[in-house]
Amino acid sequence: MISQLTIFLENRKGHLASATRAISDAGINMHALYLADTEDFGVARILCDTPDRAKEVLVDGGFRAAVTKVIAVKLDDEPGALATLLELCDENDMNVEYAYCFIANGGEVIDVLKIGGDNAESVLIGKGYETLDASSLYSE
Amino acid sequence: MPDCFQPEIEMMPRERLRELQLTNLKSAMSNAHENVEFYRNSFADAGVSLDDLETLDDLAKFPFITKQDMRDAYPFGLFARKNEDVARIHASSGTTGQATIVGHTANDLKNWGDCFARGIAMVGGSADSTIQVSYGYGLFTGGLGAHAGGEAIGCTVIPTSSGNTKRQIQMMKDLGTDILACTPSYALLIADTAIEMGYDPATEFKISAVICGAEPASENMRQEIADKLGVQYCDVYGLSEIMGPGVAMECAERGGLHIAEDQFYCEIIDPETLEVLPDGEWGELVITTLTRECTPLIRYRTRDVTRIVSEPCACGRTHRKIDRLRGRTDDMLIIRGVNVFPSQIEQVITEFPEIATQYQILLTNDGPLDKVELRVETVPDFPIDEVRKLEDLKSRLAAELKSNLQIAVSIKLVEPKSIERSEGKAKRIIDNRN
Repeated sequence: MISQLTIFLENRKGHLASATRAISDAGINMHALYLADTEDFGVARILCDTPDRAKEVLVDGGFRAAVTKVIAVKLDDEPGALATLLELCDENDMNVEYAYCFIANGGEVIDVLKIGGDNAESVLIGKGYETLDASSLYSE
Repeated sequence: MPDCFQPEIEMMPRERLRELQLTNLKSAMSNAHENVEFYRNSFADAGVSLDDLETLDDLAKFPFITKQDMRDAYPFGLFARKNEDVARIHASSGTTGQATIVGHTANDLKNWGDCFARGIAMVGGSADSTIQVSYGYGLFTGGLGAHAGGEAIGCTVIPTSSGNTKRQIQMMKDLGTDILACTPSYALLIADTAIEMGYDPATEFKISAVICGAEPASENMRQEIADKLGVQYCDVYGLSEIMGPGVAMECAERGGLHIAEDQFYCEIIDPETLEVLPDGEWGELVITTLTRECTPLIRYRTRDVTRIVSEPCACGRTHRKIDRLRGRTDDMLIIRGVNVFPSQIEQVITEFPEIATQYQILLTNDGPLDKVELRVETVPDFPIDEVRKLEDLKSRLAAELKSNLQIAVSIKLVEPKSIERSEGKAKRIIDNRN
């Protein structure tokens, strides 16, 4: 499991900028950012260095932020890799809350998954998937 | 059957009680008309005379008296008795303007003591009880009102007044206080301080009841006081203009406060149209004093919002109740023609543990249509990562507000810094309607 920074954001002009500025002012580097938006608020999910410290910095600045445990899975860069992974989740009754993919470490395809329940990661490992720990993605 | 302080009055059949009210009302009106110029003028201006009062309902034909009228009558303009018959003077704080002065005859003070003593009996008090009065003594009616109640029923009264909390607690413990009378915030401070001192008042102290009033208290706060002290909580209503604490008091059945109906006639009016509303409907409480000699008040507009609960009470007392106050008419919002009190919204919010207590209501309009937006925050440990849970929270809160207020409220989840924190009174309502 890795730690993901989550920020609750009101839909307001310039607001994502001020949140990311707060992170950068603390000297924290970001590696990936994904936004889920609804009519009046958004949720920013961020992989960054020192996520716990980033959360503290944001909370002190008046933001609503949290650290969430998610699974990072290495995938082959070829058609059907993600579909196969998600089918496997489905067959094992693992409910995927959300997922996003990005390329890291100069070419590795990584899928981040938020799955309900505690044993999802061990199921994936048991099926031969390689999951990543924090140190291979960001500094803690 | 309850141990009433005055069972013949408190359990009087309703028909007879209404007859008594009418008899008393007629003499109260005569007293006011004969002895107070203000009423002679206001009745004449309204084109009504004492002959127009044949039934209790006829009172609705008569004009109101307001706080401002009382200020204008400062100091003795509303006194119906000469100085030789006046036993005591009380005054309201005057924090919002000129102080209002109220005079009491010896009979007025006796009636007051009786009213409060009924509440002492409601919490199981008797001549064998010890009551500690931790309301302030002075021009404020709390201290002396509760004191008079304690004396009327024959309690041992400890007049500690407010302040010096640790000494209060020591006496409460050493003297075996059964009943504590004070403001709810002071009751909570006493409870917390006692716990800090290393006591568990709920089990180690003899205290079995608190009689609290003079300021609003949420249901959570009442419960906290009752739990920490291990007591029955009795809510007492009163106001210095009308008498002081004891106008209405809460029995063990809860569900409202029994009005001392032999002493006071209560009406609920629509604060906009000023029409009298039927029992059960929320509106402004209007009180007429039925027995008061020195400062009779006819149709005093209290600005307090409540409703009359007329269903018979399981305790056996026949006097009707007023419901817990919803707030002041000054706080009332009219949204799409519906009367809404911020306290109603607050009540709904407190039922959602996921929502923090800070909130803000933004009113705007789109042509003739009012729009209401409620801005709330989630508590810090809410799983903000899950959009589905946030959306679900919004829709549940909106549904609950709709069913409570009868109007649609749009919910906006905001960040902690969006709602201004303030040390004093928070600005909860932003009305941008034009």
